[in-house]
Amino acid sequence: MMFGSELTSELQKAKEEIKAYAKAYGLDFFETIFEVIDYKQVNEIAALGGFPTRYPHWRFGMEYDRLSKSYQFGLHKIYEMVINNDPCYAYLMRSNSIVDQKLVMAHVYAHCDFFKCNMYFQKTNRKMIDEMANHATRIRNYMDKYGIEPVEDFIDVCLSIENLIDYQAEKPDNIYRAEDKQEEDDLPPPLRVPKLKSKGYMDKYINPDDFLKQQKQKLEKQREKNKKFPPNPEKDVLLFLQEYAPLHTWQRDVLSIIREESYYFSPQGQTKIMNEGWASYWHSTIMTQKALKDSEIVDFADHHSGTVAMRPGSLNPYKLGLELFRDIEDRWNKGKHGKEWDECNDYRKKEEWDKKHNLGRQKIFEVRRLCNDVTFIDDYLTMEFAERFKLFTFEANDRSGQWEIASREFKDIKNKLLFSLTNFGQPFMSVEDANFKNRTELLLNHRHEGFDLKVSEAIKVMENVYKIWKKTVNVRTVVQGENTILTYDGKEHTQEKY
Amino acid sequence: MVSKIERDHARFRDIVKGKIKQNLKHYITQGEMIGRMGKHYVSIPVPHIELPRFRYGLPETGGVSSGDGDVGTPLGPVQEPEEGSGEAGNQPGEHELEIELSFEELAKMLGEELELPNIQPKGSNKIEALKRVYRGVHLVGPRSLVHFKRTYKEALKRQISSGEYDPEDPIVIPNKKDFRYRGWKDIVLPQNNAVIIYMMDVSGSMGDEQKEMVRIESFWIDTWLRSQYRDIETRYIIHDASARQVDRETFFRTKESGGTLISSAYKLCNILIDREFPPDQWNIYPFHFSDGDNWSTEDTRVCVELLKNEILPKSNMFCYGQVVSRYGSGQFIKDLRENFREEENLILSTIENKEAIIGSIKEFLGKGK
Repeated sequence: MMFGSELTSELQKAKEEIKAYAKAYGLDFFETIFEVIDYKQVNEIAALGGFPTRYPHWRFGMEYDRLSKSYQFGLHKIYEMVINNDPCYAYLMRSNSIVDQKLVMAHVYAHCDFFKCNMYFQKTNRKMIDEMANHATRIRNYMDKYGIEPVEDFIDVCLSIENLIDYQAEKPDNIYRAEDKQEEDDLPPPLRVPKLKSKGYMDKYINPDDFLKQQKQKLEKQREKNKKFPPNPEKDVLLFLQEYAPLHTWQRDVLSIIREESYYFSPQGQTKIMNEGWASYWHSTIMTQKALKDSEIVDFADHHSGTVAMRPGSLNPYKLGLELFRDIEDRWNKGKHGKEWDECNDYRKKEEWDKKHNLGRQKIFEVRRLCNDVTFIDDYLTMEFAERFKLFTFEANDRSGQWEIASREFKDIKNKLLFSLTNFGQPFMSVEDANFKNRTELLLNHRHEGFDLKVSEAIKVMENVYKIWKKTVNVRTVVQGENTILTYDGKEHTQEKY
Repeated sequence: MVSKIERDHARFRDIVKGKIKQNLKHYITQGEMIGRMGKHYVSIPVPHIELPRFRYGLPETGGVSSGDGDVGTPLGPVQEPEEGSGEAGNQPGEHELEIELSFEELAKMLGEELELPNIQPKGSNKIEALKRVYRGVHLVGPRSLVHFKRTYKEALKRQISSGEYDPEDPIVIPNKKDFRYRGWKDIVLPQNNAVIIYMMDVSGSMGDEQKEMVRIESFWIDTWLRSQYRDIETRYIIHDASARQVDRETFFRTKESGGTLISSAYKLCNILIDREFPPDQWNIYPFHFSDGDNWSTEDTRVCVELLKNEILPKSNMFCYGQVVSRYGSGQFIKDLRENFREEENLILSTIENKEAIIGSIKEFLGKGK
């Protein structure tokens, strides 16, 4: 793949230099290919989610429209883009200064290291660029065959449920089969048809064989009917629909494409704070300790402060991640953790605490391998950090119509932050019953965790699910404190309390 | 590969245009796009198209952020979702989409929505204009039309073939035979210029609401006629008891308190046509908006005379739109109806409220004149 142009000799030299530093620090990355592109191409590739070879879809055009306009108005500038692939692909903006390019390269190498080493990325497809091209070809073929609009409409339908996958799933494929097998292993006791009492020689006449057979079949059918399906709630709603909804072959394939891309992107969503923090940590380390010439320091400081700037009232994931990594490094260098530290109540003693363990570097490498954002925050966000970082939670004030600072309690902050990160702050939905009311209606369950679904939007999603399932779709949830089942039967929406 | 995103972009624009078309009636009656009019484009705000998802209502969940302030410090209005959870900081917020439409596209939509017929320009082959185009090169001509490049080329050719040309000392001097001249040709072009003359009653009984209706309607008339003719001129006349020609701004802003003599406007209109827009060269569209109040029956009689003898024969059509106001008697449209039962050039329309604008546009432009 060659989208932009090759590196100039100056950039090539810079690349070798930065790569050597990154290696020396112990970063472990795939071979990385840099391409130089202009702002138009940046907007294009960014709109396509980093892949120049996506399937045709209007939303990429919408994103492009938005990016181009906000670029023209000077509202944003994309500095770096890197694709999780082996080899990694990364893009450099042609108009950037050489200092910026070095910084971006250092940043990119750290991202690549993260892609390669973080646990949650282990299952991602490392040939995704080829796979995306493949998807594009398949979808274009369907468009040629069945028309652009039917295919595009169906993609819209699939996209509106693309987040209904199992983010915790170990294996994105075939998780479903495991449960089927279990079912077979411990078969229920064989069915017994009650017989009429009879003497041995009369049995054949009083309980004729074919009658017994008939009865047995009847009972089996009954049992089949009573068996709940799926046996356990299925979080991978996409997979369930892909397997069991009455779809055309091409629709099934489109659904599987959307699902695959969704699984591919999900680790990036799950590690946003960490990934950006890690990359920022390394670009600032490499740049300040190794790569910068004296004359370049002002440019660097300017750009660096741009990426990690905090606007008041908003949380910058780059900054939060960067500071947390630095905090962890410092704590493990000085031994500021463990039982002794936790039990110490002497403020001054804590301030001057230094056990000279010097395990910081080692620790952050471990963290980048094992954590995602949820465990990262859960395990390493400390009360001291929250205070230093001036974290707070905010909520809407219904009376004034304003966001307001709600709390500065550490517990509240952590809970809210974890809530917003778990499942990407999206509601947990699962397939509860595919034979609801014994009428093969679909029942999705929303695991209510204190917040209601946005019903106005949920019912639109249900209309889309109906287009896939083709029978009545139900959602079990809680609306304003009351257990509710939302129903869409293809014509109208109803709400029922239960 | 670059064309790929352009295809997606075009597709996206198609979808948005589809949405605008669906809601065109809303856009027509609200007139909100007039404020965003550029020279060639109108930019139309459309709601962000979002694929529905299962999600929480944002104001419910709140989030985490950092900075100074005590508990209870307001951070900004809830409507802006930018303040969202861990995501904020590197992404611009979800703004309303703005989509630019050219006037041609807009007119096309309007035409399709209201099923407007294309206009047959009045005697289009009768109205002709001479146009001088420079094309072709000649061996003779006046000095002022020397074609320097061609002349130089000829001289160079000659010098090279005769061996005069010296690359070390490249001086090229054309002689008389080398000179080439531009030639011209007069071609006859059928001309279809049009002028719209807007007249409006600005007497006390015309309120802001009535003027707003006129403003919206005139925007759409402009848009449509502009798509039908190559060049469009517009003139604005306001009147109460006397009439004067003004610019567009003044036209919609002026409010007078005097009485109403409609004939004053018609007289001025007639003079304007005679002076600037000879009917054999122009397609003329006078539009008059008022609330139907005229000072006297005598003046109405003068109006009818003027229309019958002067303005109607000169115009493609004359449109009278009567906006309903609380104060107006609405008599004028009845008088016109009475006097011009058979006249095809005269189009009368009553505009009761903003919703009626669509119907009125259709009445005015539905004849294809």
